[in-house]
Amino acid sequence: MKRLIGFIRKEIYHIFRDYRTLIILFGIPVAQILIFGFVVTNDLRDVKIAVLDQSKDEVTTAIMDKIISSGYFVLEEELQSIDQIDPAFRTGNIKEVIIFESNFAEKLEKNGQADLKIIADASDANTGNLIANYTQGIILNYLNEMYKNIQIPYTINKYERFFYNPNLKAVYMFIPGTMALILILISTLMTSISITKEKELGTMETLLVSPLQPWHIIIGKVMPYIFLAFSNAVIILILGYFVFGVPINGSIILLLVSSILYVSLALSLGIFISTLSDSQLTAMFISMLALMLPTMVLSGFIFPIENMPKIIQWLTAIMPARWFISILKQIMIKGSGILFIWKELVILTSMTVLFIVLSIKRFKIRLE
Amino acid sequence: MNLEMTHNNNIIEVKNLVKKFDDFIANDNLSFEVKKGEIFGFLGANGAGKTTAIKILCGISYPTSGEIKIDGLDVYKDREKIKKRIGYMSQKFSLYDDLTIIENIRFYAGIYGMSRLEIKKRSVELLERLNLTHAKDRLISDIPLGWKQKLAFSVAVFHNPAIVFLDEPTGGVDPVTRRQFWELIYESALKGITVFVTTHYMDEAEYCDRVSIMVDGRIEALDTPELLKEKYNSIDINEVFLKLARVS
Repeated sequence: MKRLIGFIRKEIYHIFRDYRTLIILFGIPVAQILIFGFVVTNDLRDVKIAVLDQSKDEVTTAIMDKIISSGYFVLEEELQSIDQIDPAFRTGNIKEVIIFESNFAEKLEKNGQADLKIIADASDANTGNLIANYTQGIILNYLNEMYKNIQIPYTINKYERFFYNPNLKAVYMFIPGTMALILILISTLMTSISITKEKELGTMETLLVSPLQPWHIIIGKVMPYIFLAFSNAVIILILGYFVFGVPINGSIILLLVSSILYVSLALSLGIFISTLSDSQLTAMFISMLALMLPTMVLSGFIFPIENMPKIIQWLTAIMPARWFISILKQIMIKGSGILFIWKELVILTSMTVLFIVLSIKRFKIRLE
Repeated sequence: MNLEMTHNNNIIEVKNLVKKFDDFIANDNLSFEVKKGEIFGFLGANGAGKTTAIKILCGISYPTSGEIKIDGLDVYKDREKIKKRIGYMSQKFSLYDDLTIIENIRFYAGIYGMSRLEIKKRSVELLERLNLTHAKDRLISDIPLGWKQKLAFSVAVFHNPAIVFLDEPTGGVDPVTRRQFWELIYESALKGITVFVTTHYMDEAEYCDRVSIMVDGRIEALDTPELLKEKYNSIDINEVFLKLARVS
């Protein structure tokens, strides 16, 4: 035990004397969260649109008012003819043009139908789709309100409600995702580098000749970093809560315990990586390449797992981040308790144990 | 002490040590003994297999075959016990650059299980002896190479091992500093610590009680420097070495 404490003290000296790394360690997560939170978002806000109103009656004006007042759109231009549509898309920042046919209100009144055309800029396919859907929603909403007194023989009244994230805020997705990504990246990177560094310096040899056991070295390396990575997790949660308003509906203690578990998993993975490589550079490459992309793509952070082909879905099961994101969403957004996340916790625990056992084994094998 | 040791004065006993890396034979049937308290020089050109052998003796590499006893203990079965009785200094000096002199001493003493009181007492003594008391809070990265080397050695024998293994301890150091370093080695030997030192500086062989000369993984000669010079009719060990290397 005394040996372990001495080892941990040494690690702490290493960490706090390398203040540049320390700044990066805490600076990067904050920057990432802010970037993801503010910039990478699917939410529409102030999309510039143009209108070609060939009718200019009370109905078209009311519809346009409703669209503009939604907050999603700003009216940038009123077009006078069909020829202006194409130039408007090309020159301006216009993302959508709404066209009302002439005598819109009159036709609606008489025939019960009138034509309205939505043209969206689909050079960014997702956004184009989103813009058109939002517009459609607003218009339908208007019509429903307007004619609610008129009895149509058969109608299905549709009410939508989005549970847990009523405003469909994308940041609810990004905070758990970014947290899972950053924690696994920095944790594996830090431990794998700190161990391979000792190999490069030759100090590892001296440690192996000494009476220290492999588990002393492994635990000694992990302990200080658990603390660091955990503080990082807390910073991310605080940012998410106070800056982006991501709720923490469930138990904070359960959330923190799960975070410690996930961090330990990432650290033991880092140690495992360091047993595979002899230089800091290799360790860095493995940690970055083998983790960054798969974690982003396969963890459900960006792409929904349910939409993936079956084989890829199985593949996602080996991504630690997938399970952690699921835990985070359950606890933070749905407010679920341990009964709903025990499966994820068991999986993360087994992965941690697996990597630690493998690392200790490989530490011995390394002695040829 | 061990029963065997009472009538046997050998602290290292190696019989038919073989180490193969695939087809390459790094250590070809080495057999030798090192006596308690002696300074044993393990000489050879770069790549002759010195480092491989020293790693096996220290227990961080397994031999392919052979019988090895350190202080009467078997390297296969009693590795953990052996580890407590040996000290090791590698070519790279193995001090932490971002730790101070005193922190390095404390750390290494700590992993050998020394008590805090003992560490305190002996580190004061050590710093005094090395004339480094004034510099004890300086980072290793800021001190000259000669100091590092002395310190690395002192750290390796700080826990009073029965035997200390030095792997090319004088690499890259000027002749004056090397001379001073050998004085440190003598001091430890006087205290009864057996010194096993590898080097490719043939002049250093003269400082050893006995030397073995390795060529291509085999021990070609083993005796006191005087007897070797006599036997090979040479004026210094360098000449002995050249003669041996040429023959093989």
